[in-house]
Amino acid sequence: MNPVLKLLLEGGSLTTAQIAQVAGFSVSEVEQHLEQLKKDKILLGWRPVLDLSREAAAAATVRAVIEVKISPERGGGFNRLAERLARFDEVESCYLMSGGYDLLVFVKGASLQKVAGFVSEKLSTIEGVLSTSTHFMLRCYKDQGFLLDVGEATTTRLNVAP
Amino acid sequence: MSNDPKRWVAGHVAALPKSGIRDFFELVAKMKGQDVISLGVGEPDFVTPWNIREAAIFALERGKTYYTSNLGMIELRRAISTYVTEHFSVDYRPEDQVIVTVGVSEALDLALRAFCNPGDKVMFHQPCYVSYHPSISLVHAQGVAVPTFAKDNFALTAEALRAAWQPGCKVLMLNLPCNPTGGTCDRLQLEAIATFCREKDLLVLSDEIYSELTFEGTHTSIASLPGMAERTIFLHGFSKAFAMTGWRLGYACGPAALIDAMMKVHQYTMLCASIIAQEAALEALTRGWDSVLKMREQYHRRRDLVVRRFNEIGLKCHSPRGSFYAFPSVAATGRTEKDFASGLLLEQKVAVVPGSAFGDNGVGHVRACFATSYEQLIVACDRIERFVQAPKK
Repeated sequence: MNPVLKLLLEGGSLTTAQIAQVAGFSVSEVEQHLEQLKKDKILLGWRPVLDLSREAAAAATVRAVIEVKISPERGGGFNRLAERLARFDEVESCYLMSGGYDLLVFVKGASLQKVAGFVSEKLSTIEGVLSTSTHFMLRCYKDQGFLLDVGEATTTRLNVAP
Repeated sequence: MSNDPKRWVAGHVAALPKSGIRDFFELVAKMKGQDVISLGVGEPDFVTPWNIREAAIFALERGKTYYTSNLGMIELRRAISTYVTEHFSVDYRPEDQVIVTVGVSEALDLALRAFCNPGDKVMFHQPCYVSYHPSISLVHAQGVAVPTFAKDNFALTAEALRAAWQPGCKVLMLNLPCNPTGGTCDRLQLEAIATFCREKDLLVLSDEIYSELTFEGTHTSIASLPGMAERTIFLHGFSKAFAMTGWRLGYACGPAALIDAMMKVHQYTMLCASIIAQEAALEALTRGWDSVLKMREQYHRRRDLVVRRFNEIGLKCHSPRGSFYAFPSVAATGRTEKDFASGLLLEQKVAVVPGSAFGDNGVGHVRACFATSYEQLIVACDRIERFVQAPKK
């Protein structure tokens, strides 16, 4: 695997210069690796992992998970409808699932009404969508590998030890 | 009559030198709150993986709060036996050839107490872990230091062993990969050592606590070499590979008669290792390997980073094949290792341990532990570079 990609997967927040030091490359080599990852459509973009409950302005954002049942189509299966749903700005993530429903859709909106409106007016009215079941998120404990607000013991490691 | 309480301290304890680490610990403690980056530790920076911690919590919930068998829980001994067979190619019966101890430190102490008569000679390679020589003195045995050298990447050589050997030597203590040097021996070197041990009828205490942190090639245990299992006590533990230092759990494997002798001492002193730690260790051996591999990969990259930087800075440093310690020479700076370490701490706020804390053969070197985040290591190396380049005060 691309050594830069390996470091990115560890989830640290190293700068390009730091990645260069750790991986034993020059900064421009790391930039080339990143460029290649973008060209290969492996690296799509950057997003920080945030605890938005600590940021008043953003804390009002409402998030929901929607289980969507859709009817598959001859030739394309679930893909055409899934891609169509995924294009909405409100949709943050969209997965095809095994089990009791077909798509799991993560959406966000400025308020509960906005999300509800999106589901009732956009999502469920699309031809081929059979049913939706919306679950609003109340609190986040862990996001993308990062624990939120759960105190890992502050380090008590001795500074000098045998 | 004297009123000095020291009159009650046993002579051989009073005669033990104070640990060089302790002096340095106190120096660093004085700098509290000053953004010191410590490369002076001897343990992982990772917290014990959650599944292992959770197993301990579950054990408590189920009321696992009793003593265990003196040798340790049989389930754990079985898991240890399987692990040692798979990773080191040596077979030990869980029933009578494995004993679970309070860290490798206790296992070493048990072995020395069980096998040494007063006056027996115990060989150990140096620089070495700080407790080796004192543990030998505590059983009224006599330590015989065998030097290892930077030119050999601090591997122990049979030639050095032969040169240091003297009549009365009974035991050889090995710690490969080694704290503090990261030195280790390849199979050929071990075979030469094994031949020497058979020739001189030495019992080997082989502390292989860092074996899981071997970055290149495979780790060979001296116990796996022909004719060696019968004269080797294999010592290992959970502290380093599974980031479980505070749990204090190790074990010893060896011929039944020798494990039985160690068990005698263990039952009268420790009785058994903590059951909670044993339950956690069982989880570690059964489901902890993904974590070990992840941590090892990070240590590997960190090693490459610090070794490269040290050599760039002009601190000659071999690439340790195992452990999480770099042991660069500070000779090029014109300072002694003690001056270097205290100067670096005071001027640039990076703590490393002077090599002489690990025995006379550590002079001219410092131990830098790279079990710290990439970011911290990068900053620490930059600070060391500034310190080395600054005119000497």
